[in-house]
Amino acid sequence: MNLWSAITLGFKEIWSHKFRSALTMLGIILGVSSLVAMSALTAGMEKGMKEALIAIGGLQKIRVERQELPIEQRHLRDQAPGVTMDDLKAIRASAPLIHEISPEMRLQRATVTANGKTIRPFMLNGVWPEAIAMNEHVVEHGRMFNEIDDEMARSVCVIGTETRDELFGDPEKMGHEVIPLGETIYINSVPFTIIGMFQHYESEQAKKIRELKAKEPKVPVVPGAPKRNRGWGGGRQGGFVFYIKNAMIYIPLNTMWIKFKAGNAMQAGLSTTGTPKLDNLQLKIGDLETLTPAIQQVHNVLMSSHKGIEDFTFRTQEDWAEQIANQIKNARLSGGMIAAISLLVGGIGIMNIMLASITERVREIGIRKSVGATTFDVFVQIVVESMVIALVGGLLGLITSFGLVQLLRSLSPTDNAPLITASAMLVAFAFSALVGVVAGLIPAVKASRLHPIQALRYD
Amino acid sequence: MALLELRDVHKTYHLGGEEIRALDGVSMDIEAGEFISIIGPSGSGKSTLMHILGCLDSPSRGTIKLDGLMIEKATSRQLASIRNQKIGFVFQFFNLLPKLNVLQNVELPMIYAGANAKERRDRAMEALQLVQLENRAKHRPSQLSGGQQQRVAIARALVNSPRIVFADEPTGNLDSHTGEAILNLFRTLTQQGRTIVLVTHDPEIAALTPRRIEIRDGKISVKVDPRLAGLDRVPAVAEPGKAA
Repeated sequence: MNLWSAITLGFKEIWSHKFRSALTMLGIILGVSSLVAMSALTAGMEKGMKEALIAIGGLQKIRVERQELPIEQRHLRDQAPGVTMDDLKAIRASAPLIHEISPEMRLQRATVTANGKTIRPFMLNGVWPEAIAMNEHVVEHGRMFNEIDDEMARSVCVIGTETRDELFGDPEKMGHEVIPLGETIYINSVPFTIIGMFQHYESEQAKKIRELKAKEPKVPVVPGAPKRNRGWGGGRQGGFVFYIKNAMIYIPLNTMWIKFKAGNAMQAGLSTTGTPKLDNLQLKIGDLETLTPAIQQVHNVLMSSHKGIEDFTFRTQEDWAEQIANQIKNARLSGGMIAAISLLVGGIGIMNIMLASITERVREIGIRKSVGATTFDVFVQIVVESMVIALVGGLLGLITSFGLVQLLRSLSPTDNAPLITASAMLVAFAFSALVGVVAGLIPAVKASRLHPIQALRYD
Repeated sequence: MALLELRDVHKTYHLGGEEIRALDGVSMDIEAGEFISIIGPSGSGKSTLMHILGCLDSPSRGTIKLDGLMIEKATSRQLASIRNQKIGFVFQFFNLLPKLNVLQNVELPMIYAGANAKERRDRAMEALQLVQLENRAKHRPSQLSGGQQQRVAIARALVNSPRIVFADEPTGNLDSHTGEAILNLFRTLTQQGRTIVLVTHDPEIAALTPRRIEIRDGKISVKVDPRLAGLDRVPAVAEPGKAA
């Protein structure tokens, strides 16, 4: 007997017991669809994580920050230089593993006033133009300030969309595009001109949600009703890292120094070496493989330029990425386990039905053997039949999984929309085939071992 | 050389510690083209003999040669192939597969022979023509009468052009009129040169065959030399077509 007739026979057998087969398949359908849905969930999480990781500049970014001296060096505190422009020059000169370097000076507790509104920006940094590349920023309107702006300490700034929303209005609420180029904002009462604005950063899912919202009709406003704040409506839908990026205000480093820091030199400005203190240095390496040697290199350079005083530390995104990767792994493991168990239960269902089916068909097996079916023929017939049930169930399960994922999406719209991957479908389908074969083995062996005479006499 | 040669065949079963000698030293020859009946009361061992002759079972001791092949040494796979190619069975309870239609039932042995779909169809139709059921090819066995079902079973037994056909009480489940028609069909088939072995407990049916072998307690009770078989014939059967 060839495989093709075995397969058609399997389909016939399923068709002649429609209800029974449907119930048996249900186990496989649920198993396969939950397996696909679970992997879709984790794939969605993974995608969201990757987007967020790219938004903060990737794993290749190292930040050099000031740090309290170790206990045995506390008496040298007044000698500690802090992170300074000297360090930047030293690293540039002596740490070849560092490909990019960008200084950062933060203005804490700044107030920004414009358009009759005052806000406290989440972050106001004095940087070099290099900060754009370092932090994966894209200037959508206007321009980034350049070296000349920095050299001349011009009062110019580049803002993110969140700052724009707060000061000049959200284009979605205003109903028209808001590009405040050329407007003047007052940072701690110092006037600055906006010369550029970044693009709006968000995860792809947040973008989809926003686009969907735009299509929906606006909440009707009852005319004459008093104005009210409808509360926080998921304004940070894009996730925290995107919010931070959008709430950014950049001004030239020199401007930051001259307008805000130099006047207060003794307290926060000048280092013991006489150069301006920085809040941190952002470094970027070329290849993730060189992360550890690069940090070692920078450490050596800084230990030398700081005369052995370890008043700095390194911060990478490894822990963050690892933590998220761990969460995904756990979710995948537990989800996969649950799905595998349901697939297993489905397989047990198939085995059960196949065992019942062969008891019912002992006589048929006897007849087949008497006309020349070999042990192997009978074995193949039963295994193929079990596999056909599993594969049809698996196929239906794949179709069901789309519905299941749609359901998950509508039940809990998150940043990390579940994402059905081809590989997940393939794996789930292969698993259902495997379950079918394994579930068919015992009934097939039982059936094929039947002695033809006893099988023929069976009632 | 005879088509089927049995030499000192024994078959013993162990049932609850007790040894049952179903066959106790049976030797016989069946020539090609013979119409022969194996007769005996129930429990005589005739069914066991038929199962062994039909390669459904293997003997405990002794040798069997079918068409020059040593059966007792064959593996189960080889036995299946011999059953498929050289032997046809007709059973008392027809043993058709209820889920398949008549044509598919007749095609069944060819599926295991590995014939392609067209060949299977053509030869199954030929076999059905032989039993005059070609117009019932698409019917289910349950839609046919007992006699028709038995004729389908005969068509199935013949479809692979076997060397020998075994019929186990083929009329046992039929009324006498239909049974007669079936026996006539067998006779026609033997006249076409087929070898048919009829297993029955009914001496009247056995009387219709030119040669009879009687089994009693696992032994051939009237041992007939095949060369002298003609002497044993019932006169009525000497003129085919006029029987009973």
